[in-house]
Amino acid sequence: MSRSTDATPQADVAPGDESEESFDPFKRARGYVIGFVLAGLLTVVSFYIARSTLVWAPSIPIALSVLAIAQMGVHLVFFLHMTSGRDNVNNLMALAFGLLIVMLLVFGSLWIMANLDHHQPGMDEVMRMQR
Amino acid sequence: MNSVQAIPVGTHPFHASKRILVGYGFWIFLISDIILFAAFFATYAVLTDRTADGPSGKDLFDIGNVAIETACLLTSSLFCGFAGIGAQARNGRWFFGAMTVTFLLGAAFLFLELREFAGLIADGAGPTRSAFLSAFFALIGCHGLHVTAGLLWLLTMMAQVLAKGYRPDILRRMLCFSLFWHTLDIIWVALFSLVYLVGVTQ
Repeated sequence: MSRSTDATPQADVAPGDESEESFDPFKRARGYVIGFVLAGLLTVVSFYIARSTLVWAPSIPIALSVLAIAQMGVHLVFFLHMTSGRDNVNNLMALAFGLLIVMLLVFGSLWIMANLDHHQPGMDEVMRMQR
Repeated sequence: MNSVQAIPVGTHPFHASKRILVGYGFWIFLISDIILFAAFFATYAVLTDRTADGPSGKDLFDIGNVAIETACLLTSSLFCGFAGIGAQARNGRWFFGAMTVTFLLGAAFLFLELREFAGLIADGAGPTRSAFLSAFFALIGCHGLHVTAGLLWLLTMMAQVLAKGYRPDILRRMLCFSLFWHTLDIIWVALFSLVYLVGVTQ
């Protein structure tokens, strides 16, 4: 690989590390506190929604899923320092591939098992047929 | 093949430093760990209604207890971040203070979870009661085992910093520990939202 092919050579950043060069402990701590407050707010909203009658009941699981995904995003950005910067591409690509597998695993299992459940006779029905 | 040369890691301008390599490798492991949890989670999602005429999540889950567990783990994640900053700043008071708080909150989480498990088993709602409860104990228990391992790792990190100081290899291990602890908190977000909160609203 020749040096000229990379226009702007830039090292990656380790997952969990922050991109900026300068190290200011209080500035970094502030980032964690912001993340903590945001995550705390989302947690409180989740617990509130689950108990209150404010939200139309059948939509509560979806609302809780959205809040959970938002909170995971807050954790990734403020605690694990995943950003959209160039130095974070490798970290994000690994995460994106992981999420693809997670989605296939969870929704694939639910889909296949629901389909099997729908097409197979229940256990009591099988017992009746064997008599 | 003279274009391929053996260059010591971290010396070539286009080579990643050891901190990046170690962190990235551990990040890949954590993603595989998330996939492990996804498998347990998929099992739970499939079996959540299979209560074998036994108690369901709505009958069993104590949301107040889950709220305290969540608060403990989220706050411990904050202090784990502070400990990482303290280690990088080589500030012993920050590092050991924040690590101690992280440990105490993690231990409190584990205590509450074990108390919940003991209560369920005492009420005849142990993992052998139904497919739902087997999947529940496997999923939450797997997270609990990870927290236990994390607490042991945390104590090891404190001992290593005490004995060896803020050496680069120790700081790399600290980076991996922070990643591990924050990832456990992310997994807990999925668990308290989709297992406990959705469980009680069903």
